[in-house]
Amino acid sequence: MQTKTTTKSQKQNPIVTQVPPTSIGEMFKANFKYLIVGIIFGTVFVKAEIISWFRIQEMFRLQSFFMYGVIGTAVVVAAISVFLIKKFKAKTFSGEPISIPNKEFRWGQIFGGMIFGLGWAITGACPGPLFAQIGSGFTVIIVTLISAIFGTWMYAMLRDKIDFLKK
Amino acid sequence: MLEFIRQPWSWYVAGILVGLTVPVLLFLGNKKFGISATLRHTCAACVPADISFFQYNWKNEMWNMFFVVGTLIGGIVATFLLSNPEPIQVSEATVADLQALGVTDFGNLLPADIFSWESLFTLRGFMFIVVGGFMVGFGARWAGGCTSGHAIMGIASLQVPSLIATISFMVGGFIMTNLLLGFFLGL
Repeated sequence: MQTKTTTKSQKQNPIVTQVPPTSIGEMFKANFKYLIVGIIFGTVFVKAEIISWFRIQEMFRLQSFFMYGVIGTAVVVAAISVFLIKKFKAKTFSGEPISIPNKEFRWGQIFGGMIFGLGWAITGACPGPLFAQIGSGFTVIIVTLISAIFGTWMYAMLRDKIDFLKK
Repeated sequence: MLEFIRQPWSWYVAGILVGLTVPVLLFLGNKKFGISATLRHTCAACVPADISFFQYNWKNEMWNMFFVVGTLIGGIVATFLLSNPEPIQVSEATVADLQALGVTDFGNLLPADIFSWESLFTLRGFMFIVVGGFMVGFGARWAGGCTSGHAIMGIASLQVPSLIATISFMVGGFIMTNLLLGFFLGL
């Protein structure tokens, strides 16, 4: 009975989600705000020298507190924000309820995570800084980015073989 | 003001701004902070090759592509309009360690003796630029996210799998930097 009622009420009040943009102009309009957030984000990366290969070296050699400070502060600020959003059941600016998904354990988080760490330390960049490094004038990092895209593609090819215990 | 912006920013300013990206994206459109997913969207859009992992409507994820294009533009803005004329300050211990391993350029954000077009065609450059990038993309997708999605968004929303992933990132990083880097720099 209960499930029936829920389905009924859901049908009566369908959750209005954003209609997928149809034209390129509309798509640009709908996503322009994320471009702006990205610009600020990239500026921070360069201005705090987070995109520097040397910062990552300092971090993994435990010779500087800088990156631990950046990531630690970011986690604390984000955690407080998420806590408040959940506590007050905050909605987006357009009135949609904010959802924060739960993640499930997969072995890839360990094996893939370690491979990612090896790559992070040798390139001195995780995916975000790669984009900022290219913008910063290190054009050869375009090759690193393409290689990372190829790595993603190879993972997809091998996924059935290596992603045991899926879910 | 501009003088203030031109100086390198401290870790807490950077940390607060990066952390605020999480709620800003949630409020703007219920978007979850995560960057490596854009590599997947790029594959899905350009070379899906009938792989099931790439069969989804990537057009719904365009916001993420706008975000990383913005990150690239931010790199241009910060470097060419707001840049700090001083060379980057690197910890003395790190400089000494890297000098001992054969790194010579400490003036830029990246050492030009490794990360340059000329170096790309050497074995050493190939390992740093191409193989390194491959590991970043392959590992991030296998782990289901990178520093942004797991270490920041995931830990901030108290996801144990994200903590496990982050610890694994760090283990990989420590192994590369402290055990393997000397070998790769010596190539």
